[in-house]
Amino acid sequence: MKHRYLPLTESDKNAMLESIGVSSIDELFSDIPEKVRFTGEYNIKKAKPETALMKELAQMAAKNADLKRNTSFIGAGVYDHYIPVIVDHVLSRSEFYTAYTPYQPEISQGELQAIFEFQTMISELTGMEVANSSMYDGGTALAEAAMLSAGHTRRKKILISSAVHPEYKDVVKTYAKGQYIDVVEVPYKDGVTDIDALKGMTSEDVAAVIVQYPNFFGGLESMKEIEAIVHENKSLFVVSSNPLALGALTPPGKFGADIVTGDAQPFGIPTAFGGPHCGYFAVTGKLMRKVPGRLVGQTKDDQGRRGFVLTLQAREQHIRRDKATSNICSNQALNALAASVAMTALGKKGVREMAVSNIQKAHYAKQKFKENGFEIAFEGHSFNEFVVKLNKPVKEVNQKLLKKDIIGGYDLGRDFSGLENHMLIAVTELRTKEEIDTFVKEMGDINA
Amino acid sequence: MHKEDQPLIFELSTPGRVGYSLPEMDVPEADLTDLLPEGFLREDDPELPEASELDIMRHYTALSKRNHGVDSGFYPLGSCTMKYNPKMNENVARFDGFAHLHPLQDESSVQGALELMYDLQEHLIEITGMDEVTLQPAAGAHGEWTGLMMIRAYHEANGDQSRTKVIIPDSAHGTNPASATVAGFETITVKSDKNGLVDLEDLKKVVGEDTAALMLTNPNTLGLFEENILEMAEIVHGAGGKLYYDGANLNAVMSKARPGDMGFDVVHLNLHKTFTGPHGGGGPGSGPVGVKADLIPFLPKPIVTKQDGVYKFDYDRPQSIGRVKPFYGNFGINVRAYTYIRTMGPDGLKAVTEYAVLNANYMMRKLADYYDLPFNRHCKHEFVLSGKRQKKLGVRTLDIAKRLLDFGYHPPTIYFPLNVEEAIMIEPTETESKETLDAFIDAMIQIAREAEENPEIVQEAPHSTVVGRLDETTAARKPILRYQKAE
Repeated sequence: MKHRYLPLTESDKNAMLESIGVSSIDELFSDIPEKVRFTGEYNIKKAKPETALMKELAQMAAKNADLKRNTSFIGAGVYDHYIPVIVDHVLSRSEFYTAYTPYQPEISQGELQAIFEFQTMISELTGMEVANSSMYDGGTALAEAAMLSAGHTRRKKILISSAVHPEYKDVVKTYAKGQYIDVVEVPYKDGVTDIDALKGMTSEDVAAVIVQYPNFFGGLESMKEIEAIVHENKSLFVVSSNPLALGALTPPGKFGADIVTGDAQPFGIPTAFGGPHCGYFAVTGKLMRKVPGRLVGQTKDDQGRRGFVLTLQAREQHIRRDKATSNICSNQALNALAASVAMTALGKKGVREMAVSNIQKAHYAKQKFKENGFEIAFEGHSFNEFVVKLNKPVKEVNQKLLKKDIIGGYDLGRDFSGLENHMLIAVTELRTKEEIDTFVKEMGDINA
Repeated sequence: MHKEDQPLIFELSTPGRVGYSLPEMDVPEADLTDLLPEGFLREDDPELPEASELDIMRHYTALSKRNHGVDSGFYPLGSCTMKYNPKMNENVARFDGFAHLHPLQDESSVQGALELMYDLQEHLIEITGMDEVTLQPAAGAHGEWTGLMMIRAYHEANGDQSRTKVIIPDSAHGTNPASATVAGFETITVKSDKNGLVDLEDLKKVVGEDTAALMLTNPNTLGLFEENILEMAEIVHGAGGKLYYDGANLNAVMSKARPGDMGFDVVHLNLHKTFTGPHGGGGPGSGPVGVKADLIPFLPKPIVTKQDGVYKFDYDRPQSIGRVKPFYGNFGINVRAYTYIRTMGPDGLKAVTEYAVLNANYMMRKLADYYDLPFNRHCKHEFVLSGKRQKKLGVRTLDIAKRLLDFGYHPPTIYFPLNVEEAIMIEPTETESKETLDAFIDAMIQIAREAEENPEIVQEAPHSTVVGRLDETTAARKPILRYQKAE
């Protein structure tokens, strides 16, 4: 068969068969018992030439309302942000994207060094001592943090704030089921974790208390108070954080967090219909040897040249097998590279400037909604998201907004009883004053 | 710093330089201290680099030159299926209508994305011979764990709480036992026989009323097809257990044998291997899981369904194990895999497997005179040599791997599987030409000769890389896991 990805010619094939000492390729499959042998071809769509397939897929893509052609006010854990153009140029260096995991350090120094830099940047942002090379996403990273906590404390109960991302909570619960760990939700009050309820629920059998900062509603948790309550019982303080917010907000490390996880998607990673994104995992020095996933460390060769290697591998599945505490193998290395390039491009000043811009623009939008007679559900401080109460179902409002090329916010009624007709709105640095004003006006018209 | 070191981006940083262009701040600004509670405004800026766009591009270009990918040269890393990553996949995944979609926007506005997911599910169902597929798991290990969680839910739903054990061959990938543990099972190892296949007698001994599942890769990690697969299925099913297929090696049997027809109940695929999603330096992957009908109720939610020409997410699945990942999986990788499958078509996928197997057998036969071949029979997509003969000369498999670097190759997988001494596991893939294979064979033969005549050159390799062998012991004893500014 002639195909641009398959270089063997008929004469190659014949020479190779002869060299092996068989007369046909079929003979090489003679070890497959006849009963299970698949004969013929798959009943799937026929192959298409490059141009025709490109066109078909472009048309399929065009059926979607993308964030480039529409104005987005949806967040809920995934955000439409400025992606420096340089990011994709670096990612397109195929020495990076066509490489495997850097198990051969001598020819993988580029990847290893880039990840070492990523680990440093995540440590800096979160205020933690150690960060790993990435996890699948913020949700599974949080679930692994819960598992680490249970293993480390030898306790079987996790308290999770109900103001954590509902899909993250679901993932934590699925992982916990696997390990026979109980997950109990701490209720929220006024859009943040209910401190009094938390006080009543903590005890010496709690492995970890999990909060999100900023939380799912965009609000800021009382980090100091929560930390004190958590550590009183020697439970671990686990925080899921949007790393962009930490450009302007006091990092969880300063508030005494033991484990900080989240998703680096806001840095250089497109929304991509929910993935691939980039989970991150950061801990105190004390927990360094319990971190799941790959870690890159600095060392030297015999000539004193600096080099980087995968290290502390005794923690990992390929060494520990059934004694491993996590089974993660592939991670999101290329997305970690994207995040590194974006964090580098933004740099020390840009990360703060971008975070502050989110705060300012979201605040402006919130004020506009208030001025236009909307009720803001939770009055506290927020980062780049807030909740607006509507008179109509959010789905209905969103479908009308779509006709105006606006992608409205998230329908909180899907996950929170009592929050029907509540929309979670995200305003990032990309939204202009004009777009915000138009959005508020359209919302007013629809909601009237 | 050594003069040959590539500086860290932090070492290239100069205060005052910028590499960004943020949108204008066009709304009236409030006093930040009014917008944040006391104590919440970050005091010290994070120590991130400050560099211009050209500085940054040069830095990463320099790093890329210190890295070997499939596009740089041959990459016969066993069990990893390092085949060509088609460039078209990259273009399609970057279409605005795929790359810039929000996972939570209204279903009516993402019909094209759902159509792609649905059609990919349908294609994978046919390719694996299963009844339903979820695209949610992010990678192979994640798929393994998802599949095992479903098996657990299935047994529990049948009131079968005592099935706590998962049987795994001694040749299995490390993720298999780790996934079993994380899914709450105990692992039992089943031995390989002298032919490198699962020992049926030993399997009969270890199965029982406590068996939840047998996890198997077929062909196994030695690259050998488990010929007794139907007998094994009968033994496991007869005891009430389920059969789990680790699809890491699917490239060996596409269009030749389907897991569903071999008796497997659950299968995960590595779309970043067989279906050309690039490996990305370690990820992202994608690990869809296919199941037979009796396990469908336990699939993670949501699943994409189609009713009257409209695609939707089905969340109404009361017996589901729940969510294993936020949103719907690594969609961007699934787009690439779908593009690949549609590029190849049924005849193309069949040719892929045939050429992958032809390439592997050709290399195996050519190298069998110079290295020990522990299992002398047709292999599938990969084969395992043993460096035993060279070890007697004082040259270890690690040395052979490092010496290959001097020839511009990525070495094979080494010291795996664990049941072969000094293992060298070679997987050429179908996208390599005969010339490439021949050149690699020549290099391997030369190294075998060097081991006899001039072992130092192998033992001290590599000689041509940007760094030599690195001190991994110190790296682990005194870990430096981040850059610290010199005081």
